[in-house]
Amino acid sequence: MKILGKLTILLCGVLLLVFTMEFPDWGDPDSPASTHLSPYFIQHTMEDTAVPNIVTSVLADYRGYDTLFETTVILTAGLACFLLLRIERKKVHHRYYRHEPTGVTLRMEGDKFPRNSAVFQRMDANWVPYDFVISRTCRLIIPFIQIFALYVVAHGHHSPGGGFQGGVLMGASVILFAISHSLRAAIKSFSEKTAALLSVTGVFIYAGTGALCLIFGEVFLNYSALAPLFGSDRVMARSHGILMVEIGVAVAVTAVMIWIYYNLSSAGKQDEGL
Amino acid sequence: MTRHLPALIIVIPLLAALFTAGSGWINSKAPFRIAVAALFFSFVCAVLMLIQVVTTGIAMEYRMAGWAGPMGIVYVIDHLSAIVLVVITAVSTLNLVAQKKNIDAEFNDKEGAFNALYVLFTAGLIGMTATGDAFNLYVLLEIVSLSGYALIGLGSRRAPLATLNYLFLGTIGATFYLLGVGYLYIATGTLNMAELATIIPQNMESGVILFAFIICLTGLFVKMAMFPVHGWLPEAYSQATSVSTGLIAPLTTKVTVYIMIRICMTVFTPEYTFGHLDISGFIVLLAIVTIVFGSLSALAQTNVKRMLSYIIIAEVGYMVGGFFLGNRLGISGAILHIINDAAMTLALFLAAGIFIWKTGGESRSDLKGLFAKMPFTMAGFVLAGLSVVGVPPTCGFFSKWYLISGGIQAGNTLFVAALIFSSLVNAVLFFRLFEIAYFEPFADADSHGSNHGSHTHGGALAIKEAPLDMLIPFLIASITLIVLGLYSGTIVTNIIQFAIPTGVI
Amino acid sequence: MRDSDMESIFALVLAKANYVVYIILMMVGLYAMIVKNNLIKKIVGMSIFQTAIILFYVSIGCKRGATIPILVHHASPEAAAHGAEKIAAHAMEAVDVAHYINPLPHVLMLTAIVVGVATLGVALALAIKVYNTYGTVEEDEINQQLRSG
Repeated sequence: MKILGKLTILLCGVLLLVFTMEFPDWGDPDSPASTHLSPYFIQHTMEDTAVPNIVTSVLADYRGYDTLFETTVILTAGLACFLLLRIERKKVHHRYYRHEPTGVTLRMEGDKFPRNSAVFQRMDANWVPYDFVISRTCRLIIPFIQIFALYVVAHGHHSPGGGFQGGVLMGASVILFAISHSLRAAIKSFSEKTAALLSVTGVFIYAGTGALCLIFGEVFLNYSALAPLFGSDRVMARSHGILMVEIGVAVAVTAVMIWIYYNLSSAGKQDEGL
Repeated sequence: MTRHLPALIIVIPLLAALFTAGSGWINSKAPFRIAVAALFFSFVCAVLMLIQVVTTGIAMEYRMAGWAGPMGIVYVIDHLSAIVLVVITAVSTLNLVAQKKNIDAEFNDKEGAFNALYVLFTAGLIGMTATGDAFNLYVLLEIVSLSGYALIGLGSRRAPLATLNYLFLGTIGATFYLLGVGYLYIATGTLNMAELATIIPQNMESGVILFAFIICLTGLFVKMAMFPVHGWLPEAYSQATSVSTGLIAPLTTKVTVYIMIRICMTVFTPEYTFGHLDISGFIVLLAIVTIVFGSLSALAQTNVKRMLSYIIIAEVGYMVGGFFLGNRLGISGAILHIINDAAMTLALFLAAGIFIWKTGGESRSDLKGLFAKMPFTMAGFVLAGLSVVGVPPTCGFFSKWYLISGGIQAGNTLFVAALIFSSLVNAVLFFRLFEIAYFEPFADADSHGSNHGSHTHGGALAIKEAPLDMLIPFLIASITLIVLGLYSGTIVTNIIQFAIPTGVI
Repeated sequence: MRDSDMESIFALVLAKANYVVYIILMMVGLYAMIVKNNLIKKIVGMSIFQTAIILFYVSIGCKRGATIPILVHHASPEAAAHGAEKIAAHAMEAVDVAHYINPLPHVLMLTAIVVGVATLGVALALAIKVYNTYGTVEEDEINQQLRSG
């Protein structure tokens, strides 16, 4: 079986290599790929959409329909992980809490919580002692990561960036919080319900913008139809429309990244993670 | 408003999926209702578009985001896409309505996510059918694949492993397709299907385009379970829940065959596929092996769902072989078979769903005595079985007739022999099932003579039919088989005739 | 082999270096998916396989001596305040196509990367379910359990 696999792969590789001799050279500016369609994008992006970042304008305007479904793909992955893994937690009858300054362990029955919960830490079979240095360092860094994520989303028109990149950064900041502290702390600040609803909201912002264009009389996702809404001319309306959908994408990607992380790292139980 | 139909047919299900997913956290009854409403709406849109395309004779073109041609993404609804869209939406709606009880039983607290994935699966299929852009097809293919994996993954104990194997092979298939699109892009510089169709005839000698064709086709063959890369299908379909198989089994392989037809006929024009290239003979041979292998393996199965999965593999062989015969009869047979096979598979898997719900078991012997207990269900099952065998006036006969005529016209006697062999094997298969269901006594009333009088069970003679909301959609599906059969001629002359380019004889 | 032959082969490989690299990576990923026993290694192989395709597409868009596809401009408050007319006037200055690389493969690959991540997430979720059911992620042990149990 292994020999058969190795032989197949060798054969495939050689076949592919033989065919590459016909391809254009690397970096050739005269290949059909570089001369047929892309000059239109490079030359007309400013007069059509007023966005200097050509990748953003192609992604969110010319081929914006693809991007809508790309965002739907990531939502589908979040829903799939939820459907496959999520298990409801059984009700607990008692919980253990550890008083940090003295190290005393308390057992609370039913649903009672200790009053001064800042100095108490929840313990159970999945409890892992957290590291002081890591948690405090990450606490310092996380706000800066989030500000940078917002910058990447907002400045996507003029520098490399956009919805996906900013969304991943923002999601990573919450995941960093979950890794450095504990999954429960992250879930308390950004619950699973919030993540699910936000992910749906993000895709809704995108599809909703497109549907709004439909209502205003133009074709689906034709942002110039939103000119009366923004109070600008048709070209600037495209630029603002691109910003709106990028925000939708960022919200969706953030929420889905966090949702998938919650489900994968706790294998669906969402009580304790890595 | 009708000019926005190509967008509405996919935007409404997409928005509905979002509402379904969101409302699942608030109310547990709302997701199902929203899903059914949205799917029914897309069915109506599909029918309206079919009527418009047939009456005007011109394909509908819709420019997303307002950009034309290769700059933006264009949706094209021509005769072929219109009829496949009707099939997709009809199957999806019928299956959801019919299997409500199964959904409630198996996905108890995750209705929101399940219904959302169901609607997203259908929306992806709709998009794949309607699109006119090669890369957009890949994105929608991945939506269909991912939601398919999730729907199949929650099933029996062996489902996750089967789904993981399906995932690996499906990813290889989709990535090969992406690679093929990349090669086409290197050679031509565009992604728009219509524009590719104008550039490729000028570059027929190019090795890049040849390799793009081969690798696209390989990827699609993996996704439609042709021999020898069929291994994922029986495992994945037999381990999944009845709701999921009722949706995925009739649709995935057929829409992949549609994509193959679209790529080979519309993008790589028929002159290139059948004229310039010389691999049609090899592919028909592969299809013959698939048909024979699928039929023989189905014979050896005792589990009803596995048997039906192998029959699906054989049907894929019919369609691929019929298409690559290269003549008008064969291609018409292949396209007609897409429609008929989707209907037949839906009826078969709905029947299997009812049987499993009723008897709790999946093997052949669990069908004992069901003729007496559930006469209407068995009548529908008999109709579906006869359609697979190919008995007139069910639709299966007519598509087989076109395929056989195409084989005779092309002089490919091996293909005709394989079709006839497969029909005989299917006949043996189904009549054995009918015999078990008709002649064997029902499992409850296994009377041992002496205990006859003291039986307090409801009585083997009482008819205990499946509940109405399962039965009626199933009967609609079975009766459609006869309706499709009677109208085959109309479908071919009015719709399929125009779907094939005029150059093909 | 003479020196000129070696040189011409070397020049050929160098001219198509990106294709050679992507093919090698793709074969490595495919090898891992087909031959390895451990499910997680197969998943990693799948990720490598998809990454090779992404590398291939991005390398298509390269142009010798060109820069990233963001039009060189200086952000100024006047340009932003005056709206489309001013920006269109800026655009009238000819944009040299050869100065910027092809943006389309980058756009396509943003999509492909997201799709790859989504598939990876679902694959890992399935692997977790397999592990919870069988207690192992080695495929031969699972087959043994299936055969006996």
